[in-house]
Amino acid sequence: MTAAGTSGAAGSAAPAAGAGSAYGPLRRKEDARFVRGRGQFVDDIQLPGMLHGAVLRSPLAHARILSMDIASALAHPKVEAVITGEMLAGRGLAWMPTLSQDVQAVLATDKVRFQGQEVAFVVAQDRYSARDALELINVDYEPLPPVIDAKRALDPGTPVVRDDLPGKTDNHIFDWEAGDEAATAAVFAAADVVVTQDMLYPRSHPAPLETCGMVADLEAVSGKLTLWSTSQAPHAHRTLYALIAGVPEHKIRVISPDVGGGFGNKVPVYPGYICAIVGSMVTGRPVKWMEDRSENLMSTSFARDYHMHGEIAATSGGRILALRARVLGDHGAFNATAQPTKFPAGFFHIFTGSYDLQAAHCQVTAVHTNKAPGGVAYACSFRITEAVYLVERMVDQLARELQMDPAELRMKNLLRPEQFPYTGPTGWEYDSGNYPRALTLAMEMAGYEQLRAEQAEKRQRGEYMGIGLSFFTEGVGAGPRAHMDILGLGMADGADLRVYPTGKAVLAISVQTQGQGHETTFAQIVAQELGLSPDDVEVVHGDTDRTPFGLGTYGSRSTPVSGAAAVIVARKVRARARIVASAMMEVSPDDLDWADGAWRVRGDPEQSASIAQIAMAAHGSLELPDGVEGHLDAETVYNPPNLTFPFGAYICVTDVDPGTGVVKVRRFIAVDDCGVRINPMIVEGQVHGGLADGVGMALMQVIAFDESGNCLGGSFMDYLLPTSLECPSWELGATVTPSPHHPIGAKGVGESATVGSPPAVVNSVLDALAPFGVRHADMPLTPANVWSAIQGRPLRTDLAVS
Amino acid sequence: MQVPAHVEYERATSVEHALELLARFGPEARVLAGGHSLIPMMKLRLAQPETLVDINGLDELSYLNVTGGELRIGALTRHAQLLDSAVAGELFAILHDAEKVIADPIVRNWGTIGGSLCQADPSEDLSATFAALKATMMIRGPQGIRAVPARDFHTAPYETVVAPGEILTEIRIAIGATRGEGARGEGARGGQARGGQPRGGQPRGSAYEKVGRRVGDWPVGAAGAVLWLRGDTIAEAGIGLSAVGARHFAAAEAEEFLRGTAATPEAFDRAGQIAAEHCRPTSDQRGPADYKRHLARELTTRALRRALLRATADLAA
Amino acid sequence: MQITVTVNGTAYKREVEPRLLLIHFLRDDLRLTGSHWGCDTSNCGACVVWLDDTPVKSCTVLAAMADGHRVRTVEGLEQGGQLDPVQEGFAQCHGLQCGFCTPGMIMTARWLLDHHPDPSVQEIREAISGQICRCTGYENIVRSIQWAAKNADWGQADGAEATA
Repeated sequence: MTAAGTSGAAGSAAPAAGAGSAYGPLRRKEDARFVRGRGQFVDDIQLPGMLHGAVLRSPLAHARILSMDIASALAHPKVEAVITGEMLAGRGLAWMPTLSQDVQAVLATDKVRFQGQEVAFVVAQDRYSARDALELINVDYEPLPPVIDAKRALDPGTPVVRDDLPGKTDNHIFDWEAGDEAATAAVFAAADVVVTQDMLYPRSHPAPLETCGMVADLEAVSGKLTLWSTSQAPHAHRTLYALIAGVPEHKIRVISPDVGGGFGNKVPVYPGYICAIVGSMVTGRPVKWMEDRSENLMSTSFARDYHMHGEIAATSGGRILALRARVLGDHGAFNATAQPTKFPAGFFHIFTGSYDLQAAHCQVTAVHTNKAPGGVAYACSFRITEAVYLVERMVDQLARELQMDPAELRMKNLLRPEQFPYTGPTGWEYDSGNYPRALTLAMEMAGYEQLRAEQAEKRQRGEYMGIGLSFFTEGVGAGPRAHMDILGLGMADGADLRVYPTGKAVLAISVQTQGQGHETTFAQIVAQELGLSPDDVEVVHGDTDRTPFGLGTYGSRSTPVSGAAAVIVARKVRARARIVASAMMEVSPDDLDWADGAWRVRGDPEQSASIAQIAMAAHGSLELPDGVEGHLDAETVYNPPNLTFPFGAYICVTDVDPGTGVVKVRRFIAVDDCGVRINPMIVEGQVHGGLADGVGMALMQVIAFDESGNCLGGSFMDYLLPTSLECPSWELGATVTPSPHHPIGAKGVGESATVGSPPAVVNSVLDALAPFGVRHADMPLTPANVWSAIQGRPLRTDLAVS
Repeated sequence: MQVPAHVEYERATSVEHALELLARFGPEARVLAGGHSLIPMMKLRLAQPETLVDINGLDELSYLNVTGGELRIGALTRHAQLLDSAVAGELFAILHDAEKVIADPIVRNWGTIGGSLCQADPSEDLSATFAALKATMMIRGPQGIRAVPARDFHTAPYETVVAPGEILTEIRIAIGATRGEGARGEGARGGQARGGQPRGGQPRGSAYEKVGRRVGDWPVGAAGAVLWLRGDTIAEAGIGLSAVGARHFAAAEAEEFLRGTAATPEAFDRAGQIAAEHCRPTSDQRGPADYKRHLARELTTRALRRALLRATADLAA
Repeated sequence: MQITVTVNGTAYKREVEPRLLLIHFLRDDLRLTGSHWGCDTSNCGACVVWLDDTPVKSCTVLAAMADGHRVRTVEGLEQGGQLDPVQEGFAQCHGLQCGFCTPGMIMTARWLLDHHPDPSVQEIREAISGQICRCTGYENIVRSIQWAAKNADWGQADGAEATA
């Protein structure tokens, strides 16, 4: 169900929807293989002579390795190789760079620093034997006291996790800040009302349904290394492997075939990948390594784990003046967060949110603990999930303090359309937005007034429902290469377009779908620009031998960056086509107009040439003017001028049983504005998925640790994901505020719902519990946590329940 | 995905054959029914039997019938079959209440009643259910068949009285009350139960209440109640508790309190309190001990209330 | 040990270890990679196939248990190049994104509609509640199954018109 309130198209850049448009809810091309079970995922790949790898992992969170005995494993009749940290050290491969200027152990040498850390790698003839052989490796550990509570990681006398770094005497990683500290302090000092709140965004995990893995095949004679990999960024990985493994980059081919969900989990390079490559080097045969689910949850990139202290200053009349945040970030044993280099805390400083503030300041301190590395993942848009949670919880706390309706308070403070483009107090330049319109639409769809009336009536009967809001602004589409790079690789994306003589087109892009439907949406983009049918446009992606360089798919960047690249390259082709058409029809190019899928002579539109006709001519013997080399191709590298800023207004209705603490999500209304929508069906699907994430994170997902450092979320029995019964039937609405700098006004939407929904659910539950005097409780709001909060003792959710 | 260690496999063609195989392969042999308790343990290598004796082909162990005033359930009955059985649901709604919240529909297609009971997880919903129903377990071994009350079936977490050479074959539930006024033999009649008819002047109602962090999860706490009424008085009560450290999955003291009292909300509140006092929950990621103790009380009371509603509906039918 | 399993109508005789899980037998031995695996604890349902007409989690069944029995996987749904209405429904209603949970969802949906041709939304949600999807938020999976229920005759020789 969609209610649309569209704005007029901004300028000539926005495509015309309706008849003749390639934009719209087009059925996906990729479905033909998936519904038949004919996708090709990494574990589907079988190569002749292929071997199987398995990783031995540390059972302890912090321990010295005294000795390792691999003799029995090597003696297993089906084992072909055993690789240890010591062997890797001999090749300079025991450590590898992370995406955050740190190093991470590939296989532990001196110590293990988190439970689940990679210690050895077995290569065997089949996956069952590889698993058996792990038990034959004997490792002698000397346990060390682990650092688990991030809040105590900087206490004097705490064990040092990273004693591998020269001169490291504590667990501090970095301090970072944004905004104007003095100006913010002044505003706070003078404000009528100041509300503070501590809140945790607990460690969770993206948990795509397909785990991470690789088939590595080093062909000995040619030296070509082919890697089938669950990667969201094949080209970046190729460059990384060249740097790490010393294989020349032109000899490396990374193929991401079909990927069963990424959500940021498949951005980093993991030790298992390096081990698989070394395994192939050592055995001379292809080596497959697929992690199991416990490995995925315990060792790959987790998300969040931000302990936040928020402060909000306002007038007594409800005008929000300033925001302040102090954050402690738990990065785990290695700093392996994935974000643009200049932003070690990601884009957290967008915590100013969607409101017109006078001042803001945030300060982030990152620490090491004896836990798996990571932090930036799970559709966070580089820490925007954390930022939005903070501001939306603070706004609700302010509403409660002022005894003001939370919708009214938001409406009073939202940025107004005439303020755009808007530069906020921490430097973000929001491109476009009409915030009040989105919130109004969400409230209409929800029947907000009736819900409040129902809530009041139910309270008198001892029934408790909650209505929670979240208004978010996202910054996606990283990003301008001048200030956005990952490991020194600028975040510009290439696109190549070729039109064949019979008028069919092939678009090669650098991004990598993991379910977002690029094979369809990018075909729609080219089709729209060239007047072709999307069926006549083949999208090639995921194979570094066949596609141009780019930084991959995460941070909702595919549409804003590669989508723009596709538009630009298609327009280049169209411009070349114009010149060819002018030669075909013996007119000046200036006498041609593009209309209805063809170049037409002005004043005589029947005299025209379609792209297909032009393509044939361009490959033929037609004499071409200077500046046109023949054929009909173009390439481009798109460097985005800015991020794009999708936004949305969400309303969540919950029913809470105070006798048991059980929460039921009754309704969820989501109004999203991602600018121009290429395929509304796919946009809605992206929103649906992200809303489920919100229910999951708010109510059940957490990776906690006990004081020994045992990971308490290492399986799907403990790390709970929402099912069809926890998710309501999502109610979606849309507004369209095009991005002024994107060639077709599109903004990207993949992570919006994951960013915006958790605070709506949490605000809703806390709204339900308000009569019990519950101020705040941290996610996940499990039945135990809700009940405990009602008793006045909400649980601390990052540590073991006691 | 994690995978099991090496194991041998035998397929039984009859119950006798299964017993023979168990005897032959000794204490490291395990019965393999639906496998949905055992195989996950084997994949994590928490269980490493040497031999599996597959009994899935033993149709003679899969049935649901009423005989001699008892509902008899073959141990190989799949969860889905119990959930689907109109007879079972009419006699004891608690069975359907519980099955609806055990695992998920696909697991229920293959997992068996016997398998779940023999797994003996301290959070097993069926253990509480059959405790509430005061069921009897029929265990068959080389010496013949022996009957063990459900409440004596579990000896410790993951341990039952079923010896290595034995197989659980059947669960029996007396339809009339077994003790107290109106016990079986006084006014109870044999033969087929008809839906909604009180048996022997003994209206009966039952219910199961479970709190989980998510659908399909093990319970954080769960309570099942069965009431046999005599007028407004409780002739007999059965209360089963799961995941809260209740002895034998039962609240015997609360049952004792209810026997012979009037079926009132106050009585149910008090019963809930007593049940909570006698359990020993432990804190874990599902919840702290004080919360679980609270659930023991709250859910016992709720289960009793719903059981009463159903018993009164039973009367009115 | 030697086992014979009939998969999608074809009998396969293979030598396997008793511990081999059915999902691995299908994927690795028979190269039927349409069914997937996604967890260690029988929670995710990416592996759902039919064993003798009953949907099961094939990661929790030994191949040995399927000896002498029938298995149906997603590869067995398409008949003579014609998609099953459930498959068509998923494509029509955007019931999939990455495609990894899809075969399991489709097999459960097919079974549900065979036994309950007109299920309510609640019945559909309950039927798939043992299977995880990370992409769709389930809404479009429900709509896809509803589409298949409404268009049960889709694709048949008499060419019934599809209803939205």
